[in-house]
This record gives sequence, C-alpha cells and structure tokens, in this order.
Amino acid sequence: MEFLNIATPVASFIMMLAVVELIRKGRLKEKYALLWLFSSIVIFAVSLSRKTLEWASQIVGIHYPPSFLFLIAFGFLVLINLHFSTVVSELSETNKRLAQEIALIKAEIKK
Amino acid sequence: MRTLIIVPAYNEEKNIQGVIEDIRTNLPGADIIVIDDGSKDSTSKKAQEAGAKVISLPLNLGIGAAVQTGCKYAFEKGYEIAVQFDGDGQHMAEELPGLIKPIKEGRTDAVIGSRFLSGDPYEMKWQRAMGIRVLSRLVSLIAGQRITDPTSGFRAANRKAIEFYCKNYPEDYPEAEAVVLLRRAGMRLEEVPARMRQRLGGISSITPLRGLYYMVKVTLAIVVDLMKKK
Repeated sequence: MEFLNIATPVASFIMMLAVVELIRKGRLKEKYALLWLFSSIVIFAVSLSRKTLEWASQIVGIHYPPSFLFLIAFGFLVLINLHFSTVVSELSETNKRLAQEIALIKAEIKK
Repeated sequence: MRTLIIVPAYNEEKNIQGVIEDIRTNLPGADIIVIDDGSKDSTSKKAQEAGAKVISLPLNLGIGAAVQTGCKYAFEKGYEIAVQFDGDGQHMAEELPGLIKPIKEGRTDAVIGSRFLSGDPYEMKWQRAMGIRVLSRLVSLIAGQRITDPTSGFRAANRKAIEFYCKNYPEDYPEAEAVVLLRRAGMRLEEVPARMRQRLGGISSITPLRGLYYMVKVTLAIVVDLMKKK
C-alpha cells in the first residue's frame, strides 16, 4: 500500500466535505461550487481503486498511474480558474454599470 | 444643436479650471459636464467652483467608463452632440468649432481630432510615435479609411454614435478600439485637423511598460472585435 493510495482518496473526500460545508453555511454559492465538487468527486472515484486508475492511465498512455491523477487535478484547476476569470469579468462589468448609475443618480439628486 | 462637452478628469485639480475656462471662452453655447473619475484630490470641487456640472464616479473606473458615463448623461438629457475633451489641458478649445462642424453639417456620425493632420509638430518619444503609427495602420486597414490619429481622445459624436457608445465603449485605452467598433457598426467617421498642447502639468499615464500593455491590449481587443458577429 503506497502512501498515495490512501492520501488521495482521503484528501479528495475532505475536499468534498469542505465544499459541501461551505455551501451549507452559505459562504459558497452552488453555482461556483459545482466545478470544485465535480472535480473532487472524480478524483475520489478514480483514486479509490488502483485497478481503475491503472486501466484509465493505460488508455491515455500514461505509464505511471499517479501522474494521471495529477493530470486530472491539473485539468480541473485550469477549468476552475478559467471559470473564475469569466466570473470576475462579469462582476467588473456589473460593477462598472452600478457605479455609473449611482454617479448619474447622485448628480440628478444634487441639482 | 445642443452640445455637451464631456471632460473626463482624474486627479486634475491643477488643470481642470483652466480647461473649463478655455471651453467657456471658445464655445460659449455648449454645456460642460466634468466626469470626476474617483479623483483623490479636489478635482470635483475645483470644477464646481469653475461653474461646471460634475458627475462624480464613486470609484476610479478608468477613462473609458468615465467617457461612457458622460455619453449616458448626454443621451438621457437629449444632447445632439457630445464631445470628449480631456481634463488634463492637452486639448485646445479653439479647435472645438472645427471638431463639431462635420456633425453639424450632418456629414458624419463621429469625428476625431487628429494632431497629425494639424501640421503642428507634436513631439513625442520614438516608441510612442512608432506605437501610434502601427495602430494607425491597423485601425485604418480595419476601418477601411485613413485614420492618422487613432489614439486621440479629442472627438465628437452625434446622437446615433452617443447611443452606440452608451452600450459599447471599451474600458481601458478605449480610443483606437472605439474607432473600430464604430466602423463595424456602420457609422460614418471623419478626421479633422486639431492642434494639441504638450502636457501642461502632471505626468502622462503612459509608462514604457504600460505602453507595451497598451499595444498588446488594444491589438487583441481589435482582433477580437473582428471575430465577434456583427
């Protein structure tokens, strides 16, 4: 039993719990939690059985199965970051519009 | 025609009163609105003292959003011409009548005041001159007409263009991209000669690194605009 065999499922399970807990407390919106949840579930599932992992990594041609796990995790991180970039862009656009509206209304009131 | 001079200003307490005076003297019939882009100094107070109407943005949104705020105001208030006139004293109010003339005559939807058509020598560092030349080529190519001064912030718009700007105006370093957007929207565009002053006070917002960012950002924005559906 290698360290990774235990550590990965445990870590991804904790991750899953943490995300669910954040949603429950209202500190994370479901919309932004979906990718986190999905990625931890996938990593948890793949890391549970050595056989699945080996089988899956062979299909994509990776000889060292644990690096397949890293690849999946990396892919998800890229996706999550990209998603956040779009969220930030949307936020800055709405932020701009709000600030403009406030300034226009304030000028109107002062008159 | 009801004309609004939009003066975007960020920390321009030293220049703003002179700018307002200048506009008053040269274009007495026009209304002036100063868009204070979240200045940390007394720009807004100084502008009010000079008798201009001021819209104060609660945050520093950047020149593009500031000008757009002015356009939204102009549109709501039914102005037929809106002019962007920078608050740093670089633009000359003497040139205002010439700038809005093509719109008054109904020849065009938007006008750019070009310092390179004015015949006046305008000194700048070679990096900047080169950057502007590259942008000029790119913008001219896409606009399908010669644009000598795509980064000029001295420009005028008729009601049609004002309405368009309310919905589409780039946020940072907006000038060149705005030209492309206008042309892509099928608006008519004209360049007129306009002298400009070298900066009176303060420092330019363009440092070498920002200059590079400017070029990359604007080029990317223009290329992306081209890929968007009309």
